[in-house]
Amino acid sequence: MVILRLEKINKSFPGVKALSEISLEIEKGEIHAIVGENGAGKTTLMRILAGIIPKDSGEIYLEGRKIENLNPTLAKKLGIIMIHQELMLYPNLTVAENIFIEHDSNRSYLEMVNYKSMFKEAEKLLELLGGGIDPRLKVSRLSVGDQQKVEVAKAISQRAKIIIMDEPTSALTFTEITKLFEIIKSLKTQGITVLYISHRLDEVFEISDRITVLRDGYKVETLETKKVSPSYVVQLITGKTLDTFYPFSAQVSSEEEIMRVKNLSVSSSFVKVRNLSFNLYKGEILGITGLLGAGKTEIARAIWGIEKKESGEIWIENKKVEIKNPYDALNLGIGFVPENRRIQGIIGQMGISQNITLPSLSQISWWNLIIDEKKEIEIAKNWVNQLKIVTPHLRQKVANLSGGNQQKVVLAKWLSTNPKILIVDEPTRGIDVGAKAEIRKLLIELSKKGISILLFSSEIDEILNLAHRILVLYKGSLQGILPRNKATRENILSLAMGLKEEAKI
Amino acid sequence: MKILERWQWISERREVFPFFALLGLIIVSSIISPYFFTIINFRNILAQVAVIAVLAAGETFVILVGGIDLSPGAVLALSGAVVAYLMKFLNIHPFFAIIFTLLVGISAGLINGFLVTKIRIPSFVATLSMMAVARGGALIITGGSPISLFPPSFRVIARYLGPISGLTFIMLFIYILGQFILSKTRLGRYIYALGGNEEALRYSGIRADRVKLFVFAFSGFCSALGGIMLTARLDSAYPIAGEGYELDAIASSVLGGISFVGGVGSLIGTFMGALIMTILGNILNLLQVPPFYQYLARGLVLAIAATSLARGVRFAK
Repeated sequence: MVILRLEKINKSFPGVKALSEISLEIEKGEIHAIVGENGAGKTTLMRILAGIIPKDSGEIYLEGRKIENLNPTLAKKLGIIMIHQELMLYPNLTVAENIFIEHDSNRSYLEMVNYKSMFKEAEKLLELLGGGIDPRLKVSRLSVGDQQKVEVAKAISQRAKIIIMDEPTSALTFTEITKLFEIIKSLKTQGITVLYISHRLDEVFEISDRITVLRDGYKVETLETKKVSPSYVVQLITGKTLDTFYPFSAQVSSEEEIMRVKNLSVSSSFVKVRNLSFNLYKGEILGITGLLGAGKTEIARAIWGIEKKESGEIWIENKKVEIKNPYDALNLGIGFVPENRRIQGIIGQMGISQNITLPSLSQISWWNLIIDEKKEIEIAKNWVNQLKIVTPHLRQKVANLSGGNQQKVVLAKWLSTNPKILIVDEPTRGIDVGAKAEIRKLLIELSKKGISILLFSSEIDEILNLAHRILVLYKGSLQGILPRNKATRENILSLAMGLKEEAKI
Repeated sequence: MKILERWQWISERREVFPFFALLGLIIVSSIISPYFFTIINFRNILAQVAVIAVLAAGETFVILVGGIDLSPGAVLALSGAVVAYLMKFLNIHPFFAIIFTLLVGISAGLINGFLVTKIRIPSFVATLSMMAVARGGALIITGGSPISLFPPSFRVIARYLGPISGLTFIMLFIYILGQFILSKTRLGRYIYALGGNEEALRYSGIRADRVKLFVFAFSGFCSALGGIMLTARLDSAYPIAGEGYELDAIASSVLGGISFVGGVGSLIGTFMGALIMTILGNILNLLQVPPFYQYLARGLVLAIAATSLARGVRFAK
């Protein structure tokens, strides 16, 4: 029996067509996986289903009835519940309070809460999912896996017919994932349909009944999981191989090692990186990639001294160095273009020149104290011209620039320190196509000038276009370092999805 | 292009509002009271504003980095008690007594800074503790009663040189020094950057904690200086001196256009803010408004000023 039918769903965001003519049928009680690359439209489609964003056109039928004007409240009433990647619980409230908080929405604000019956009800619900959680506990005391269980219990309490899970395993440990899969299977026996979005094909193959592949906003195919192989699905996900490389030699000119990372271990709440070792040559661009939760950003931040290293050594030009904070890193000749430009990269209310000279101020100050403003303007002018930063004047607040120009300011800021090594984390995220191409070209030029670059990126095209060698991570562990000539989209994706045996290396 | 640049620069200055507010207050006061626009009254105002203005300068540095300092009033009392005790009971030369007292103020500020940066206590709470501790210190040192009558070489601080008090000179020195730090030095740039986006400053390889430590130490220094100035002026150190001064210091900063979010404003604004507060008190006194009502008036002015500043920000962005 078909519980949910989508017909020709379309959705555009300014400048991008996110979904094109998506039609899809979901059976009642099935576990249906939706897979695709970043930006393929998975999350957009699910957000439309949950009523979070409106569709541009197309029709949605639930149990044969056409649904109009979907919004989050209506979706919940109809039993379509989305569990977001970042869990949306109130950490300061108890498990039971979290489960029932939305039930009270139509009661009076002053009505007393009957805690006794609430705890009992919560206990019953959690029992359905295997129990093991005290409903009186504060959510902040639970592990991420248990918090997910609470989200599921909350969904069931709202009489969910369809539960949408967006990357539910990205923050879970292996045993927690096993437990989650048991819960998903028990949902299935209760007749609840699960839409499962994931990057991780091994998990998709373990749990799902059917798989729908999206690419660039189009539906490619819906497949029965049992009848297909993972490598076939990888092919469908990537589509044809792109071979539009920028023309530049794949060979690094020098064999001089500039940096070596030995046995680096870092932990964050999302991922544990274990014993990672690699080296970086002078003038090389080393691409470091992996899916969400692979540990890219953690590694970048650990080298830069923002994140604490649990263990590991960093050697620069054959000397062991201590990097305890960014100040140490800066003095060792490293520059860092962070992932989140607005929060970590720029100081929006300050002018362009002030942003550019921030890390190199001591070099343009008299007695290391008083800023030489003439020199400052000179330096800023120079970089604004070289990187073609578009602005009416140098005093312009950086907050008022476009994303691409902001990113150029961040790059200029580090280039003004004359770095030997440049760490760039998602350098072209969220900027327009033109600026993307300019920044990529700039990175190549820098590497030709002898600057070594650690390029952290989840965009495979970018990595393929720029990197001399490509280091692929999966859940915090090194899957392989591919030389340029062995790097194909399929190989990288297979490694990034934890399918080592599928990669033809 | 040059004109656009200039215009944008002027329209974004936070000193525009306090300047016109101050101008308006002076004009209105001159009209409603014949005693206001006289040399003697201006001499009084400049002497009165000095202590509050010095405290406000330190407070401004702290607010610029996005923090708050509640301890200036109490540190002022502690410093007054220390300098008085050293001179009166230990017979220490005023010069050395002053140096030591300034160090006490700087230490109090450094402790605030340490609590904020290393222990990671919000500045509101850290300086609230310091406020209580410093006040307790002042009470203990003085034994609860004022210490009075100091050597003339100490009281020279508050003597008039022509129409201008020594206190006014000290205040001007602090404002010139402070504004120089803010607008011309590396440290000043970091202070604005810290208030604008602390995370980005850290990511830029700057030791943001040191900047914060400096800012709190500077505020402690200003508070101690204020304590010495007040003690010299009154020729007495009172353990309850400076109560509520931190609020006047904060109010001066707010009136002067210092944004509580951090990173916006200058000491020029704060100076005008302190003048507005002082002139307001002065004119209310001249009009013989009872002190209880003066509180009402000050509160209202502050609220109105904050409202118009908040609107200004919205339009600017």
